Amino acid sequence: MESTIVKSVNYNSYFGDNHVVKNVNIEIPKNHVIAVMGPSGCGKTTFLRGINRMHELIPGATANGQILLNNEDVMAMHPIFVRLKIGMVFQRPNPFPNLSIYDNVIAGYKLNGIKLPKAERDNIVQHSLERVALWNEVKDSLNKKGTFLSGGQQQRLCIARTVAMEPEVILFDEPTSALDPISTSTVEELFHELKKNYTLIIVTHNMQQAARCSDRTAFFYMGELVEYDDTKQMFTNPKDTRTQNYITGRFS
Amino acid sequence: MLSVACVVPLIAILGFIIKAGITHVNWAFLVNVEKPVGETNGGVAHALAGSMIIILMASVIAVPIGILCGVYLGENRNSKLAYWSRLCVDILQGVPSIVIGIVAYIWLVKPLGGYSAISGSIALAIMMLPIVVRSTEETLKLLPDSIREAAFALGMPFHRVILKVILPCGISGILSGVMLSVARIAGETAPLLFTAFGCQFMNIDVRKPMETLPHLIFKYAISPYNEWKDLAWGASLILLVWVLLLNFLTRLITKRWKVQL
Repeated sequence: MESTIVKSVNYNSYFGDNHVVKNVNIEIPKNHVIAVMGPSGCGKTTFLRGINRMHELIPGATANGQILLNNEDVMAMHPIFVRLKIGMVFQRPNPFPNLSIYDNVIAGYKLNGIKLPKAERDNIVQHSLERVALWNEVKDSLNKKGTFLSGGQQQRLCIARTVAMEPEVILFDEPTSALDPISTSTVEELFHELKKNYTLIIVTHNMQQAARCSDRTAFFYMGELVEYDDTKQMFTNPKDTRTQNYITGRFS
Repeated sequence: MLSVACVVPLIAILGFIIKAGITHVNWAFLVNVEKPVGETNGGVAHALAGSMIIILMASVIAVPIGILCGVYLGENRNSKLAYWSRLCVDILQGVPSIVIGIVAYIWLVKPLGGYSAISGSIALAIMMLPIVVRSTEETLKLLPDSIREAAFALGMPFHRVILKVILPCGISGILSGVMLSVARIAGETAPLLFTAFGCQFMNIDVRKPMETLPHLIFKYAISPYNEWKDLAWGASLILLVWVLLLNFLTRLITKRWKVQL
């Protein structure tokens, strides 16, 4: 049986008095792609940001309940340690504008003051860029600024930067919503490759994307986790009427 | 049309000062110090050196404090303390320079028992502060939050996010603020009247009174002697060129070190 890597137990989060994520219980199996979908404002991004404790960086944001990583409560761990174990890729590609492509990949080490021998650094950079299918495109321009790349390449660079830290889980917050269709499909292909080594949790607006690339899908509505099932099962035979309405396009 | 009207005073001032001052600027003018009335070949070397020392000291005091304060304001936009600090900085910016001079006189010159260059530097540092603070704050505000998030998501602690990501990305804006504040105080006379006071000799002891360019211009211009008045024109030209150079340098730095977002 597959092992659970991330588990939330009665997890709630708030912005001030606004109860955004309501009592979510979910178990996420290792080396799978999990899609989190739902209409705008349903709390899916907020839930995602709770997993690596990015949520608490926003003034007035609070949370309770448990998020377990390998059965350890992340709320009891040091947030920096949590974020090294659970990487994150954002909606808009955000390479560091002051750093070269090379330095962007190694940024997690370099900016954290972790010293590595040159050979090892080179190795990590090449390996990470290969993982995101960017190496062949940028191997001759590693010293150019990261912002010199196209949007899709920048997003893959950001994924490489996350992969370089060797996390266990990678969170994607609508990773393709700022990209064109071709870049989107390149990134989607990556998901299948990346899940061999990592567990991916992907928040998406796009139902087709959830259907195409995920093994399991969670449907959020009004802050609640309405349904969580095998992606195939969910899209062919949803149990909850709200899920059914959503995937048949009755509301969005 | 109106934009042309804005240029006219600048051109007129530049033209006039260059015309009046250029004949008095020569090598002796730059390397000699003040001479008694009647002797020729008086110069402004002591004021040039004094201005540089006083401005340098003012920068050493104001720049670190200003940048730290600006970073705090830029990163804590909504806290109560930030609101009040921002208000105070704005008010400080509006305090007339002569008032700052008088306050520096009462707080520094009197307790220290005499005019000194260091008290002049502190008065000028107070004038620099608001400019450095606000330009740092505005620069950091313009940086997208996504960069901060990227850094935090890589597990970077707050101080490293500031030092390694935020400051390097905003460096051009912060530096241009610093340069502008230097250009601003380079021509200040009022706070120096009661603090650095002025001096006829080459002096590099910061505990003693020191001459500065703007003060020298003031002193020469109100004097009854024609050769001193001529020196004032020459000194005005030097000061003007200095400030223009600083502005030009600011442009250069901003362009050169700009981080493309």
